[in-house]
Amino acid sequence: MGETALFWIMAPIAVLGALGLVFARKAVHGALSLALTMISLALFYIAQEAPFLGVVQIVVYTGAIMMLFLFVIMLVGVDSSDSRVETIRGQRAAATLAVLGVIVLLTGVTVRATLPSEPTGLAQATPDGNVPAIADAIFGTYVWAFEVVAALLITAAVGAMTLTHRERLFHRPTQKELSIKRFTEGPPGEAAGLPVPGVYARHNAVDTPALLPDGTPSEASINRVLVARGAARSTEEFRHHPTPADIEAGAEGETDEPVGGDDDTNGGERA
Amino acid sequence: MNPTNYLVLSIILFSIGAAGVLVRRNALIAFMSVELMLNAANLSFVTFARMHGNLDGQIVAFFVMVVAAAEVVVGLAIIVTIFRTRRSASVDDASLLKL
Amino acid sequence: MTSTLSALATAVATEGGHGGGQAVVSATGVFDLTWLLIAFPLLGAAILLLGGRRTDRVGHLIGCGASIASFVMGLVLFFAMLGEPSDGRAFTVQLWEYVNAGGYSVDVSLLLDQLSMAFVLLITGVGSLIHVYSIGYMEHDERRRRFFGYLNLFVAAMLLLVLASDYLVLFIGWEGVGLASYLLIGFWQHKNSAAVAAKKAFVVNRVGDMGMVLAMASMITVFGSTAFDVVFASAEGASTGWVTVIGLFLLLGACGKSAQFPLQSWLLDAMEGPTPVSALIHAATMVTAGVYLIVRSAAIYDLAPDARTAVVVVGAITLLMGAIIGCAKDDIKKALAGSTMSQIGYMTLAAGLGPAGYAFAIFHLLTHGFFKANMFLGAGSVMHGMHDEVNMRRYGGLRIMMPVTFITFAMGYLAIIGIPPFAGYFSKDKIIEAAFADNWVVGLATLLGAGITAFYMTRLMLMTFFGNRRWQHSDPPHESPPVMTVPLIVLAVLSVIGGFGLLYLGADIVDWLAPVTGEAHHDLPMPLWLLITITLATVVAGVAVAWAMYGHRAVREDVPAGNPLTVAARNDLYGDAFNEAVFMRPGQYLTRSLVYFENRGVDGAVVGTATAVGGLSARLRRWQTGFVRSYAATMLGGVGVVVLAMLLVRLP
Repeated sequence: MGETALFWIMAPIAVLGALGLVFARKAVHGALSLALTMISLALFYIAQEAPFLGVVQIVVYTGAIMMLFLFVIMLVGVDSSDSRVETIRGQRAAATLAVLGVIVLLTGVTVRATLPSEPTGLAQATPDGNVPAIADAIFGTYVWAFEVVAALLITAAVGAMTLTHRERLFHRPTQKELSIKRFTEGPPGEAAGLPVPGVYARHNAVDTPALLPDGTPSEASINRVLVARGAARSTEEFRHHPTPADIEAGAEGETDEPVGGDDDTNGGERA
Repeated sequence: MNPTNYLVLSIILFSIGAAGVLVRRNALIAFMSVELMLNAANLSFVTFARMHGNLDGQIVAFFVMVVAAAEVVVGLAIIVTIFRTRRSASVDDASLLKL
Repeated sequence: MTSTLSALATAVATEGGHGGGQAVVSATGVFDLTWLLIAFPLLGAAILLLGGRRTDRVGHLIGCGASIASFVMGLVLFFAMLGEPSDGRAFTVQLWEYVNAGGYSVDVSLLLDQLSMAFVLLITGVGSLIHVYSIGYMEHDERRRRFFGYLNLFVAAMLLLVLASDYLVLFIGWEGVGLASYLLIGFWQHKNSAAVAAKKAFVVNRVGDMGMVLAMASMITVFGSTAFDVVFASAEGASTGWVTVIGLFLLLGACGKSAQFPLQSWLLDAMEGPTPVSALIHAATMVTAGVYLIVRSAAIYDLAPDARTAVVVVGAITLLMGAIIGCAKDDIKKALAGSTMSQIGYMTLAAGLGPAGYAFAIFHLLTHGFFKANMFLGAGSVMHGMHDEVNMRRYGGLRIMMPVTFITFAMGYLAIIGIPPFAGYFSKDKIIEAAFADNWVVGLATLLGAGITAFYMTRLMLMTFFGNRRWQHSDPPHESPPVMTVPLIVLAVLSVIGGFGLLYLGADIVDWLAPVTGEAHHDLPMPLWLLITITLATVVAGVAVAWAMYGHRAVREDVPAGNPLTVAARNDLYGDAFNEAVFMRPGQYLTRSLVYFENRGVDGAVVGTATAVGGLSARLRRWQTGFVRSYAATMLGGVGVVVLAMLLVRLP
């Protein structure tokens, strides 16, 4: 009875998770939906007298593999979302046809097959409990396969390292070389390096532009990625709007012109 | 409860996974759909193991998980490499190997 | 009567185991050096053709030296041979083994006997004179060195031809002279006509060569060897059918090389070559190789009366054809070429008469070599003086301008028409006698030929050296330099005394050749004096007719219409037209239809299949999109199909 309730609660959740994966516009949402499905599958495993597999499902799949996916999603760009317009002509139709075919086929087989309405249960097969029985099988009957799978895992790890390893083709410039280059090649205004965000500002955060000695905010101090994502705070927010008293004082010699150049030519790298 | 229900769930999940592989362009989502299909198969194995009182189904599911882990490692490495060179995670962009 | 003669000759032939019935001994002493005859001109050719421009300045001297050295060697051998007893004058010089294939082996060995000796002296003697003459004739040609190289190559090949003691080795020389002939006819290959003529000569000669090859193949089949001694010794043991076949094949070879009917068409065109070439190759020596072949194969022809009859018929037809063609040509060299055909027809006819005629064939061959070379060189001298004009209608009255050429040419003229005591009289008269002794029809053909010969030679003589002057007075002809006239004089002297000398001075040519060719006496159907009188009367009649037509009346500069026979003769008696209609056109149609079939049928099937596969592939290629998702869809569909198939197989 409990199992039936569990099934009818968790099965729709699993299906919803799967559908969420397929329909998610952002990869990270899809990953989370899949994690949901996997957790519900883990519960099904436990319910079906496979507590070891259920735990492994949670630890390995939901814990390790899905985290790996999430890391890669971070690497690739967590915010990128896909367009849903199909570019290959006939792909949708072919996919629909193939999936329907598979559904019909599998359903047909399942329906036609002579299956017991009540499961036999594993009590007889695992007299000492589930985990010792699996240990027996893995280290007894299937020990050879187990060793081969171990070798496979090591090979996969080495392969992944080989694939992602990048050979450095050029000499990486040292900080000293970069500063010399700034002095010899760059504009004189940048000779000292770009300003660091938050300097002399009201906030000591990376999204806050630095205030230059003359009091004007510098856009060049903010990381380009933050600007591109719209996560940086506007420089206008920190611009000093002179009061009439300031104007009076400024009339004696100092102008309120922002230091140009830095803002326009900040394409250069930061030291 | 009739264990056939698990099998039907397995079929549904498998089909959704297959549809995801066929329809989605994002390499990561396609890859996750493959994982979903593997999990659906695992569910069937576990169900059959219980249905027939034979532990071998669970063993197979266990090995599938291990192999899937290895596959994920290599697959993700490939996706990262492709992304590095092409600045794109779309499987359609890597379509130069043709006549 | 023919059969009795052949039986007689066979008896003689088999007695000694060789063609003429004399024992062949291994060469000793000076005869061991026979190979030098060939080596000298071959070395000369190698130096001239491989030496490049370095030998340009002395090329003609090297060429003449090689030829003269060979001639001197020939003289030495000749006098050495005179010192031997008359039945021991055949020597073989074993050089090396050429082929040894199981039961069939070919030795490169030379056979020097009386017949070869006569040819060696003719080739090297006349050849040397023509070499010397060419120094003057080719003086202004910048490729003179190459010309001399080819001439030396020819002399070497021709000597190999007459000295070989195996049909296969003979064939090497046979092809060598064919090659030299091809190269020399086309020597001025910048002229399209010369290139075409060379090609024609080459192609027609290949037909004859097939005869040679078939003859040799038959010999290997029947006798297991192509060596002279083996073939001749065992010829009698072979069936008459085989011997006749071999004889006919050899005749085909001879026809190709000697321009006999039906392979006569190339000789007239061959006159595109430089005149010394026409004199040496296409008058004196190479074209007589066919006669040599028949005489050399006497042992075979003696056993094959039918093949011999064929030889006689071919000779008679060619004799008349050549004479008729010679009557109508206005080109002086072509008129002489027709004459050459005709005279070689005489020789072939004589050779076909069997032992009664072999010696006379060779006799006429030698005298013809003298006077025809003389006349060709004289014609070359006239052309040299007339700025390469060959049309006799533009000549006339040249006897004043070119006295030496005129006198020497006249000697040759009197020799060829057979006026006693010039050379041609003796040799041709003997052939006419032998022909009458054999057969009335053949005799009449030779007699008629003699009359026509007198006519066309007189015509040539009158048009060239007599009559009104038809050349441009602004540029008068001149006599040739001594280097050209001296060979003319020597040849003229030979034309005068050659016949008498060979027959009565020293050794009789018939007795000289008898050990090789055998000997047979013939009975004339009429008294000898009557026949001689008839012959001379015919000749005089021919001269008179020519005089009436060309000496009495002025020669027209334009070409008159002429009667149908004249028109036919001008067109080489439609030999080319016949070849074109019977061989060339059907051949072309055949090849065209084959090409059509090849293009449409064979290629069509192949290309069509390829196009179909290509088109299909282009369609199938569309499946290969490069998109992983398409492949995945295909894969899923495939898995579905496989599962379905398994289910269908397993389900009851």
